[in-house]
Amino acid sequence: MRQRIAWGLARAALGWLVAGVMAFPVFWMALAAFKTELDAIASPPLLFFTPTLENFAEIQQRVDYLAHTWNSIVVAFGSTILAGLVGAPAAYSMAFIPTRRTRSVLLWMLSTKFMPAAGVLVPIYLLLISAGLLDTRTGLLLITLLANLPLVVWMLYSYFKEVPLEIVDAARVDGARPLQQLGFVVLPLAAPGVASTALMAVILSWNESFWCINVTAVNAGTLAVAIASFSNPEGFFWAKLSTASLASVAPIMVFGWLTQRQLARGLTFGAVK
Amino acid sequence: MNMAEVQSTNDDPGFPAAPAVAARGWPRARQRVRTWPFMAPAVGLLAIWMIVPLALTLWYSLQGYNLLSPPRGFVGLENYDYLLTDPGLPVVIWNTIVLVVAALVATIVLGTQIAVLFYQPFHGRAVARLLMVAPFFVMPTVSALVWKNLLMHPVYGLFAWISRSLGLTPVDWFADYPMAAIIIIIAWEWTPFAALILLTSLQSLDRDLVEAARMDGAGPIATFIFVTLPHLARPIAVVVMLETIFFLAIYAEILATTVGGPGLATTNLPFFIYSRALLAFDVGGASAGGIVAIVLASVVTFFLVRAVARQL
Amino acid sequence: MRSQTLLFSAAVVALSAASAAARAETTLTIATVNNPDMVMMRKYSSNFEKATGIELKWLVLEENVLRQRVTTDISTKGGQFDIITIGMYETPLWSKAKWLTPFDDTPEGYDLNDVLPTVRDGLSYEGKLYSLPFYAESTMTFFRTDLFQNAGVKMPDNPTWSEVAEFAAQLNDTANGTYGLCIRGQPGWGENMAIVGLLGNVWGGQLFDMTWKPGYNSRAWKDAVKFYVDVGNKYGPPGMAGNGFNENMALFASGHCAIWVDATVAGGFLFDPKRSQVSDKVGFAQAPIETWNKGNGWLWAWALGVPTSSKHVREAKQFIEWATSKDYIKMIGENEGWLTVPPGTRMSTYDNPAYQIAAPFAKPTLDAIEAADPIHTTRDPKPYVGITFATIPEMQAIGNFAGRQVSAALTGKTTVDAALDMAAENAERMLRQAGYYR
Repeated sequence: MRQRIAWGLARAALGWLVAGVMAFPVFWMALAAFKTELDAIASPPLLFFTPTLENFAEIQQRVDYLAHTWNSIVVAFGSTILAGLVGAPAAYSMAFIPTRRTRSVLLWMLSTKFMPAAGVLVPIYLLLISAGLLDTRTGLLLITLLANLPLVVWMLYSYFKEVPLEIVDAARVDGARPLQQLGFVVLPLAAPGVASTALMAVILSWNESFWCINVTAVNAGTLAVAIASFSNPEGFFWAKLSTASLASVAPIMVFGWLTQRQLARGLTFGAVK
Repeated sequence: MNMAEVQSTNDDPGFPAAPAVAARGWPRARQRVRTWPFMAPAVGLLAIWMIVPLALTLWYSLQGYNLLSPPRGFVGLENYDYLLTDPGLPVVIWNTIVLVVAALVATIVLGTQIAVLFYQPFHGRAVARLLMVAPFFVMPTVSALVWKNLLMHPVYGLFAWISRSLGLTPVDWFADYPMAAIIIIIAWEWTPFAALILLTSLQSLDRDLVEAARMDGAGPIATFIFVTLPHLARPIAVVVMLETIFFLAIYAEILATTVGGPGLATTNLPFFIYSRALLAFDVGGASAGGIVAIVLASVVTFFLVRAVARQL
Repeated sequence: MRSQTLLFSAAVVALSAASAAARAETTLTIATVNNPDMVMMRKYSSNFEKATGIELKWLVLEENVLRQRVTTDISTKGGQFDIITIGMYETPLWSKAKWLTPFDDTPEGYDLNDVLPTVRDGLSYEGKLYSLPFYAESTMTFFRTDLFQNAGVKMPDNPTWSEVAEFAAQLNDTANGTYGLCIRGQPGWGENMAIVGLLGNVWGGQLFDMTWKPGYNSRAWKDAVKFYVDVGNKYGPPGMAGNGFNENMALFASGHCAIWVDATVAGGFLFDPKRSQVSDKVGFAQAPIETWNKGNGWLWAWALGVPTSSKHVREAKQFIEWATSKDYIKMIGENEGWLTVPPGTRMSTYDNPAYQIAAPFAKPTLDAIEAADPIHTTRDPKPYVGITFATIPEMQAIGNFAGRQVSAALTGKTTVDAALDMAAENAERMLRQAGYYR
């Protein structure tokens, strides 16, 4: 018994150590958000300092934070939901009704991400001009959707594969059609996986900056553009950049917290027994 | 049905699973379920996304098209020749591969350990888990700038202060170990990705198996090697494939810190395309570079698939 | 009867649409750099909006990202922007490509003659002005008056690099965290190559000779870069290869540097007690020369231009004329303090006694800008316009590569000779690909 408690404590200590080390740079950045510019690059680095909110005031003044956040939300969540709607059936099909072609299709989907953005910027820009989608949330959402779709399909496929075939077949035998199997059996069982996939996709779109900066101007810019406007001007910027970044990380962290609660559900497949 | 049989069906790495299932007596009708309606939307969208830009890029790569000069028209393979005979190309490809492999190894090894650690409950685990994932929430450019200026700077960075307090000379990361510095930043950013995927997969690890192993006298390490790792084989394969694709395209962190230098030390293929072509407004060259990048990624994937395909 | 009603309704609809359009507000989309002066311009632009009823929408980005974003749009005729912020590199190139509207119709009151001649010339192409300057800078030497006084040395008004190196040697005190000379080391055509380009000029070299052969591996450049690497390693701060303008300013403002050679605009920061810990201890001199006395300071301006694709050229020009006018500068001076007015564009700013009092570095800045000549710069004749860069499309790529090679030499990864040979070879390759040698 003692040994188990000791193990438990050791695990907790190690877990918190890992969490601390990983989160430390983010913490340091968050700290810089409350420092003046001079304090942010002071040497020796300051752990204790007079906090100030001047950076937040300046961010507020210079950037329409709400407008950018709304764009980020629409693009990130919109593209993730759409990717889920389009990708889940495909993942389901490949996981439970595999064919000889399944692996090739998976690899082919991944191959659509082989082209570096720098190589394809001008052609895509020209396409967007002719479709009238420049500087629109729709255009950015479409690009984000297509960029994240392979990731969503792969991750969902991986998690669907962990759902026992027996359960799905039981549902099928009970008369459920494939989409019903997907919706009522697979998705609930793979809920932690779906939550993780959603989180990953949202984060990737939220932080995506290359397409966002190059395809939007003043109407559809997301938080990535707002942050970019604080990066590397002629003058000190690290405190302000930290503030802008913190303002962008905060909403996503909240979302992360909400999806994490899905993970907490200890899932076993004892139901199969 | 006993657990062992269920487990074996699920984890059967063989491909495809349908015949094995059919052999166990399930109706053949299963194989005649038409899958294309499920696949069509995803495949269709991606097909358009791939084909149209690819065709355009291929076409541009054969043109002498600089944004600032009148177009020169068809130039055959001149753009490819220019890129492929660049004396720096071998170094660039090597850097690309080094970056990908090092980051893969770091993130997966660390990610697996972290996943196993966070799999068992402990006090305050939910908060700790969120903190562990925190690196992935920050924009890559900002991460790179925070590491470069606030942490790694040899005069006013935190690491420098720690070194000086211990009586050591601070390491000038981006001058002396630029590639290592970039790899550290990438590994820090992406370990949460691997850890989260693996941790989620661990949720479906049957605890009965772990119990059975423990009762058979297996210590934690043996349990890890013989029970946990096989279960994680597929998710690890997925992480490897996904991360490889992302790491092959890394660009923002390099641009924000070393700008590809010193020399060519941190120039990888996407950065090479950017700095050779896009910066000179050479669309023809950039397009040729894109095609070359696709070829490299295909080659890498080919070898990867041979290594991990069974797990899929 | 029906058709008449239809026609009438159609006419009514058309008329109301037309008058609605006439009443509709013009919206101008502006793409600008995130420098403090532009941030201030945006803040005060609400005055313009109220006065004219024109709505302004802003995209603010970092210099290199902005340049790439705007180039993509303007060259593919995307038509996203009505006003763009461009400099002395883009203006001549893009006017040649016919992407910019000339400013040949500025009103009398604007007083084009008040704009500094070198700045005006840098933004012109074939005699016509294609953008109006908002801000201009050259190069200056900043130093710590207290350190110089304690060591009993005096900085001349027009030092040479060798003299600067001697001072740096005397004042270098790594034990106390004071480094003799802080200069840029971050790779980039506008970063370390800006300073190294000046060194190349004053050692008698040039970027390209009259046959477009690169000058990177010439005797002059090799000597200049050997000096740079030597002095940088001996008296420069650690991490020099990652230091650009901002990092060096951070070092100087927090007291770590004895001497700093960089943009004149730094004066505004260094003298501000809110942003500098050494605001009462800063002295300045001209950018150093060596064996050649021209090309020792660069000339850079941020200016506002109008793409030919804009549908609101008149309104766009109206805003630009407002933002670069004497009245605007006066307004900033009175509201924000004369220290923070956009520098380097108008003679009237420098004639203003209030500015001279608030900004002790005003006269040296003016001298530097007036002396910076992008055409007659180097000892030997050159085929390009520009002081630290050539105004050709390939310059960014060539300069970035050279910048990386120089930083490799600085960090000891390669020798100076090898680095410059590679830079020259790469430049030659790029120019050959672009057809300069046909």
